[in-house]
Amino acid sequence: MIRRLIPHPLLSFALLLFWLVLTSFSVGNLLLGGVIALFAGTMMAKLQPATPRLRRVILLPKLFGIVFYDIIRSNLAVSWLIITRGRRGTRHSGFVPLDLELKDPTALALLSMIITATPGSAWIEYSADEDHLVVHVFDLIDEDLWRAQIKGRYESLLMEIFE
Amino acid sequence: MTDFATIPLWIILPIALFLVIGSTLTLLGAIGLVRLKSFYDRIHAPTLGTSWGTAGIVIASMLFGSYIEGRAVIHEIALGLFITITTPVTLILLGRAALHRDRLEKADHLPEELRSLPEARDRAASD
Repeated sequence: MIRRLIPHPLLSFALLLFWLVLTSFSVGNLLLGGVIALFAGTMMAKLQPATPRLRRVILLPKLFGIVFYDIIRSNLAVSWLIITRGRRGTRHSGFVPLDLELKDPTALALLSMIITATPGSAWIEYSADEDHLVVHVFDLIDEDLWRAQIKGRYESLLMEIFE
Repeated sequence: MTDFATIPLWIILPIALFLVIGSTLTLLGAIGLVRLKSFYDRIHAPTLGTSWGTAGIVIASMLFGSYIEGRAVIHEIALGLFITITTPVTLILLGRAALHRDRLEKADHLPEELRSLPEARDRAASD
């Protein structure tokens, strides 16, 4: 019963929170935002029947922490490369192919955001049949280091959270 | 209208710092976008502006708004979050479009293993 009324509790809650942050808090806005959030959740359930399942939510802050740190680090690295014109032309970019074990669509969406939002790496192609991913790296020194970073730092944690 | 001269130094310094960090990163991203040579390299430059470029400006705006209004102003977080969520979608679309075109044109700068589609590789392997 509850599941049918609120098919996406996390989504609805996030939407309600955004509604309250963007408007000023009042009972009227709480009610209006609540109705809209529940309606959006129901619509989402009609679009995509499978609700993302979070198994270990407790690890999400850890993931955000790691990504936050990596984004700062890569911001500095890429800025420096642009200022120095790619270390006087010695920078090489390239494609890094790698095999993923991650299968959950939500986790993959999150991984694609992490990789693309971090300056210096971009998600180029993913094949779900082969679990094969191609990432473009701005400053490619060691391919294996990048594979280890994506698999060890992000993929393993995402698998723990979602699978 | 607020008289900016009345804002104390301890709050205006961090605001200025974050504003300068954010706008400098955004500028560097724009310079990179113009100056880099290949399309795949160019994809990386604007992410400076959409990650800490945005974050710096958003933090500065939050500090400033909170001080002026005397309460926590946090709706800028929504702005930062939406930029973070939506940029990868655009960049992934652009990246895939570029790859598709390079494949059709059999571009030289594409490494050997990327010249064929994953499905075609599959068929070649099973033959």
